[in-house]
Amino acid sequence: MKALSLRQLTKTYSNGVQALKGIDLDVEQGDFFALLGPNGAGKTTAIGIVSSLVTKSSGRAAVFGHDIDSDLEAAKACLGLVPQEINFNQFEKVSTILVNQAGFYGIPRRVARERMEVWLHKLQLWDKRDAVSRSLSGGMKRRLMIARALIHEPRLLILDEPTAGVDIEVRRSMWDFLRQLNEAGTTIILTTHYLEEAESLCRNIAIIDEGRIIEHDRMATVLRKLHTEIFVLNLRQPLARLPEMPGYALALTDDGSLEAEVNKDQNLNDLFASLSSRGIEVVSMRNKSNRLEELFMRLVEGRDAATGQPKPAVTA
Amino acid sequence: MNDLAAGDAIATTETRDRRWVGFRTIVIREFSRIIRIWGQTIVPPAITATLYFIIFGSLIGRRIGDMGGFDYMQYIAPGLIMMSVITNSYGNVVSSFFGAKFGRHIEELLVSPLPNWLIVLGYVAGGVLRGLLVGLVVTLIALFFTRLHVEHPVVVVAAVLLTSLVFSLMGFVNAVFAKNFDQITFVPTFILTPLTYLGGVFYSITMLPDWAQHLSKANPVLYMVNAFRFGFLGHSDVNVGLSFTIMVLGLVALFGGCVWLMERGTGTRE
Repeated sequence: MKALSLRQLTKTYSNGVQALKGIDLDVEQGDFFALLGPNGAGKTTAIGIVSSLVTKSSGRAAVFGHDIDSDLEAAKACLGLVPQEINFNQFEKVSTILVNQAGFYGIPRRVARERMEVWLHKLQLWDKRDAVSRSLSGGMKRRLMIARALIHEPRLLILDEPTAGVDIEVRRSMWDFLRQLNEAGTTIILTTHYLEEAESLCRNIAIIDEGRIIEHDRMATVLRKLHTEIFVLNLRQPLARLPEMPGYALALTDDGSLEAEVNKDQNLNDLFASLSSRGIEVVSMRNKSNRLEELFMRLVEGRDAATGQPKPAVTA
Repeated sequence: MNDLAAGDAIATTETRDRRWVGFRTIVIREFSRIIRIWGQTIVPPAITATLYFIIFGSLIGRRIGDMGGFDYMQYIAPGLIMMSVITNSYGNVVSSFFGAKFGRHIEELLVSPLPNWLIVLGYVAGGVLRGLLVGLVVTLIALFFTRLHVEHPVVVVAAVLLTSLVFSLMGFVNAVFAKNFDQITFVPTFILTPLTYLGGVFYSITMLPDWAQHLSKANPVLYMVNAFRFGFLGHSDVNVGLSFTIMVLGLVALFGGCVWLMERGTGTRE
């Protein structure tokens, strides 16, 4: 069953900006799905339409088979949203925010209080239950929004950049929490600027740019499209000049480390053998950049904004 | 009843129960807000009403003498109660709903399965609660200054309830269109206050020249104040039946308008 289905979804804002140019997207039940794209690509607009915060111009959207035009209440009942911006009443207590949100979904107060306790414990906010929400730290506010989105136990959880601006420790604990949630059966759609986050968590991915879906596949399949990887090699002795090694694209960094671009037909053993034969000793090695980030940039930069088609190769 | 029909009946009951819990939650939240900020919601209108009763009732009122055949204090008491109901019903909804828009927590309601008409009703119920609460406080203050005889209790209750509903809905419309805090104070300051002061709270329009009487009859507040006063004193400057017709028509039109605005997403959805 499809947790989310979008068909030819378009949105043109009153100022004439065409945020979505007819996107088709399917997310299967139980998936952990990444929706990526640069700022202004249309991610938040698409999420806004699904969650009723933005009115669509045309097209169809359905959540677990419930069309948002004909069966909106049922569609909304299946959905939990963690928005990009803080949007709870900053003058209300943490517990009040959760109990009220449960009430909006028709959950009686007694049950709501029980659930509030469960989710606040899970998200390590129980000690803050009586705190006024504006007194929480940035990370706590993010976790409160996750707890609020889960209080009615939705089948589909959409997180719009949930870890933006939170420290690494909180981000990692959120990842663990989201993994557990997904394993327990909740379908999750995640938008994020941390592409490492998407690569680590998500099984399927769509990349949206200029209001169009430009990639929609399994994460592994998408990553396989990368033909090269760049490694940064830290050397025992910094190099003064670039060694001559036919077949390898090499570059020197400012600190004397070596950057090597390795394509799919090459292997690291050969690279290290070549380096050893030239008396160059490698102490450690790391990826220059996140693989997904690299692919993302290639895809986004390689599209024609007007047509959405890949740009033709520039020839001499 | 076949299985399908039974299933539909259960679904309908579940929907009704779910909506009722949702509506109650909005009302509880609104009431909690009124009580939490009582220094802004209950105390100022109580002080204002006390000053009105002291200055217009006790000090100036003695020199004015009778108005419409009644002691001036008795005459203005229903008007002052109604004035506080109007301003507080309006003020509660406009500030609460605009505050929710400004702080973006209106999104908590917009993403929920609550239908738009129920969101409107919830906020309006909050406005009515505050209007009636403040109205009650002002009534108690009035009892320190004069004796309030109720001639037609049903008329009193119906008039105050309808007025409170109408002005709560007007506050909702203001909040929907408002883009900043200036715009939520503009209507109360430049429209609502003049209409209320010129709506027969402090005087009978029979004191005015003909043209001013005709002009006053274009003011909807006049009908509400007079219907309420009729409930207390049995005296009104206008036809009470017409007053109730105007209130009911206003209520229906405003409620329909508010729901339509919410369905369109005006001021709430992009």
